[in-house]
Amino acid sequence: MEGEAGNYKVTLVKTPRYIREDKCTGCTTCVKYCPVQYPDKFNQEISENKAVHVYFSQAIPLVAYIDESCLYLKEKKCDICRSVCQTGAIDFKQVKEKIEINVGAIILSSGIKPFDPRVKDEYGYGIMQNVVTSMDYERLLSSTGPYGGEVLRASSRKHPKKIAWIQCVGSRRVTPGDNSYCSGVCCTYTQKQVILTKDHDAETECKIFHNDIRSHGKDFERYYQRAEKLPGVEFIRSYASIVREIPESRNVVVRYATTDDGVKEEEFEMVVLSVGLNPPADYRVLAEKFGIELNSHGFCKGTHCNPIETSRPGIFVSGAFQGPTDIPESVFSASGAGAQCGEFLDYRRGKLAKQRIYPPEKDVSKEDPKIGVFVCHCGANISSVVNVPSTVEYALTLPNVVYAQQQLFSCATNSAKEITDLAMAKGLNRVVIAACSPRTLEPLFRDTLREAGLNQYYCEMANIREHCSWVHSKQKEEATEKAKDLIRMSVARARFLAPLQEFDLPVNKNALVVGGGIAGMTCALSIANQGHEVYLVEKDKDLGGMARRIHTTIEGMDVQAYLNDLRRSVYKNPLIHVEHEAIISDVSGYVGNFITTVITEGRVKEIKHGASVIAIGADVYKPTEYLYGKDDRVMTHLELGEKIAEGEEKVINAGSLVMIQCVGCRNEDRNYCSRVCCSHAVKNALKLKEKKPEMDIHILFRDMRTYGFKEDYYREASEKDVKFIRYEPDDKPLVEAAVEEGKSVLRITVADTILGQKLAIDADFLSLAAAVIPSASTRGIASLFKVTLSPDAFFKEAHVKLKPVEFATDGVYLCGTAHYPKHITETINQAYGAAGRVLTLLSKDTVVASGSVCEVTENDCVSCGACITACTYGAIEFIETPKGRKARVNPILCKGDGVCNAKCPTNAIVLKHYTDEEIFHQIEAAGTDEEILKQIDAVIETCL
Amino acid sequence: MCSGRVDLEFILRAFLKGQDGVLIGGCKLNECNYVTHGNFDALSNTYLFKKIMELTGLNPERLRIEFMSGADGNLLAEVINDFVKKIKEIGPIGKGEGIDGKGLKFKLEAVKKLIPYIKLVERERLRVPVKSEEAYHHYFKGDEADRLLDELIGDKLVMSQIMSLLREKPLSTGNISELLGLSPSEVSRHINISSRHGLIRYDEGRKCYALA
Repeated sequence: MEGEAGNYKVTLVKTPRYIREDKCTGCTTCVKYCPVQYPDKFNQEISENKAVHVYFSQAIPLVAYIDESCLYLKEKKCDICRSVCQTGAIDFKQVKEKIEINVGAIILSSGIKPFDPRVKDEYGYGIMQNVVTSMDYERLLSSTGPYGGEVLRASSRKHPKKIAWIQCVGSRRVTPGDNSYCSGVCCTYTQKQVILTKDHDAETECKIFHNDIRSHGKDFERYYQRAEKLPGVEFIRSYASIVREIPESRNVVVRYATTDDGVKEEEFEMVVLSVGLNPPADYRVLAEKFGIELNSHGFCKGTHCNPIETSRPGIFVSGAFQGPTDIPESVFSASGAGAQCGEFLDYRRGKLAKQRIYPPEKDVSKEDPKIGVFVCHCGANISSVVNVPSTVEYALTLPNVVYAQQQLFSCATNSAKEITDLAMAKGLNRVVIAACSPRTLEPLFRDTLREAGLNQYYCEMANIREHCSWVHSKQKEEATEKAKDLIRMSVARARFLAPLQEFDLPVNKNALVVGGGIAGMTCALSIANQGHEVYLVEKDKDLGGMARRIHTTIEGMDVQAYLNDLRRSVYKNPLIHVEHEAIISDVSGYVGNFITTVITEGRVKEIKHGASVIAIGADVYKPTEYLYGKDDRVMTHLELGEKIAEGEEKVINAGSLVMIQCVGCRNEDRNYCSRVCCSHAVKNALKLKEKKPEMDIHILFRDMRTYGFKEDYYREASEKDVKFIRYEPDDKPLVEAAVEEGKSVLRITVADTILGQKLAIDADFLSLAAAVIPSASTRGIASLFKVTLSPDAFFKEAHVKLKPVEFATDGVYLCGTAHYPKHITETINQAYGAAGRVLTLLSKDTVVASGSVCEVTENDCVSCGACITACTYGAIEFIETPKGRKARVNPILCKGDGVCNAKCPTNAIVLKHYTDEEIFHQIEAAGTDEEILKQIDAVIETCL
Repeated sequence: MCSGRVDLEFILRAFLKGQDGVLIGGCKLNECNYVTHGNFDALSNTYLFKKIMELTGLNPERLRIEFMSGADGNLLAEVINDFVKKIKEIGPIGKGEGIDGKGLKFKLEAVKKLIPYIKLVERERLRVPVKSEEAYHHYFKGDEADRLLDELIGDKLVMSQIMSLLREKPLSTGNISELLGLSPSEVSRHINISSRHGLIRYDEGRKCYALA
């Protein structure tokens, strides 16, 4: 990589695929014929693949490549693949290719590498056959895995009936070869594997040997409970070691200890090592090439207060290369990196965009259907099973079919062109493509129709590959008949297809951000830096939110200095309009076109905006337990942090201090983990130790959840003699005011699970890890913006993994602790993520609604409201018409699921492109008339 | 289009056209990539239609719903093989149940007329509060749902069939009970209600019932 920010020249070296991507259709005929069996890397080398193969079934592009095990590449011996490939895609002449590209910015999203337990013999991996890593096990569970979704032992190819998981393999250890940090994801992925294992085989006995259970993610606490409650599943808090393999059975013996039984040895049929996350394999090379700094663990070092920014301008980092992360954080940091590139390159936005021009659309709606049928061979994929010529002949006998022909690959560029040309030459007004699943190629074929001046909704596909030739390879005749059935059904539907218009609606270019904390301000700035006006609405007199009460992070960031900078940038930005002491009284409109009424400092303002961001933050639980509010020596972690920052003498000179974790959450009322409190406790403890090393500090915890790099601080605290005592939720610590040697103290009694006895600690101060709870205004905001809440009353994102900053309600986005408790860096990541999603909306001039949405025939509507109840997108509303109250669909909000359609008692609401008429005809064409008559005759005969 | 789009009438049309079995495929429950979760609607429609099949004398095992993901190719093959095997055991529609072709058509046409009504009943009366497979099973297999369905749909179905018969020609209670395979007292009960509603009248001259 050369050059500088805004103008980087990157040279890529592309390893030859030996397959021409432009010609390969992904039919995998070559794979079938290739004689070389080679360990399948995607399936962890448990099963075998061929020298020529597609990496995995969802690979993009979905084309094959040839690896180094190929006989031709090794010894020029075999070239079967070349002779079976009907598109001539195999090209052994390919050599390494150098590609130079010019880019303005770079995003590093190289991900992680699973920890390799082979670095140590003690894990037994690679030595004992039935010791697998969690990555291996993940593949075993997968339906596209080495044994097609069956979990089998390598030694016997039988289902293991008793499996052990060993947690923290390679993580949370300072021994050479291991990582000192916590990988953060293993507790929950193990729980997932346990649940799936029980799904596969309910009889399997599962034991999980763990240290702390770290369920700090959203809804993870419930997930852990679900796994733990399964019959035959046991979570055991113990270090576990692999002792030996039993030669006869190849079973593995695990040694562990419990408080009741002491040290025990137990035999398992399979052991899964829950391996942690390492930085990407070539992280050093990567850092050197891009000139970025790494942290001590080999992950990318973010700048002071922006985890997405690297030490070099114009280079950003997203995903797990920031540090071990779960999917949602990877997704929002990716979106955030997009937003930061957008800010960085905003001055030349849209300069490289090209627009495609289609010929004008002909109106053929008044013509009789003239259907053309194209049957694809898919190389040999379809034609080796289905008799394609006979299906073409058959198609010509069907009503309204005026033209039919076969094609070698309908998706090839020349074939698509042929469809366009023939549609014009033969005057076709409907096209049926009998080929593969519409999931992959329907957009392409719709495009060919547009090229022919036809409405794209006149395209219909019959899937005779996945639904026919691939599953009936041994029943050629029946498969041919089935292909005919499928074509007949598609033709029946095609006759009733209607031309549909996609609906364009202008987008208002402004954004509204609700909440002026770190999340709201960061998000507003990023949007404004990309040229959009932002209305930042804050309920308080000044900006800053909860961060005003936090002074440092555990990593040492000066939060107040950061906050001052942020506030200054916000106020200085001419595109950001801050509304203080604001209350939102009404929100109307929808994606691209919202109108929000705000009462701000006594005035009523109406704001028009295209996107809305909810960043209203969270509150702190006010404890009712442990003498809080009754004794002024009892405080929350937040208050303790403030006292330390203010230098309150009494506190920083205290002789002893106790902290109690999980106050107000992880209980029946709030069944979630507040995520930040363990690190807060450690942060405060370290601060106090810095000021007075001899201070006696006890932290009473349930599970220490210092995930990721925060683990290092937990260790540091422990080394500095902060004492950690674990308590059980059903035996909570007792706090009372007492007098000891004439001195008034707080006496905290706790059952020490390791010592097995009650311990009384006399402390000068007690600090409580008060839960992070949803903001009091959450429900009000939710109903104004028509968005939903999770069971714990935080805002509910559209999809917990795939859409973590969006709401199911289009045009409304989410970031910060309003989503779920999180640390400041995580909030910043997510705030940029939300800005990225806002920009995908606001950077367009219009929002486009699909043509396949619902519509109400008002004459038939009886205004029963069944459709409105059924719609989960709020896309249907009642409107007053001269004929009374009728339902009306907003096509921009409709997702085209058609659930309303199936509920309407009068069939007044219609899902276009999947109308009753279209589907009835398709269903009824499933049997031919002759077949049905024959059947009925047979029935009548037997009944007579 | 979501599996929740599968209308009761889709299923009905398939059976009416002589299909021996109908399999509905949907995404895995609780794994909706949107917020629709329409597969639960498909599930409740399946339970409903199975009940209708019971009431019309059709084997409810001719209808099945299965939930799987795009990666469950093997499972799909397994499910279809199993379903085909099952359908072959049951035999062709009608024949397996001992209903003649005409009778079958007649019954299903009667159901078709009821679909708008069933949709309303489903909306007003049959709501499962918790979205889980167990809760749906428990609800639809429970006594309360059974009673409700018998009462709401069963009676209407018999009425619909009686009306269809009388549309062809006037019949006596005996004729009707014979044609529908119901006890004369059951038929009398329905006829009394319908007469009261003014839908049916007694033809003194011919000593039988006719449409009013």
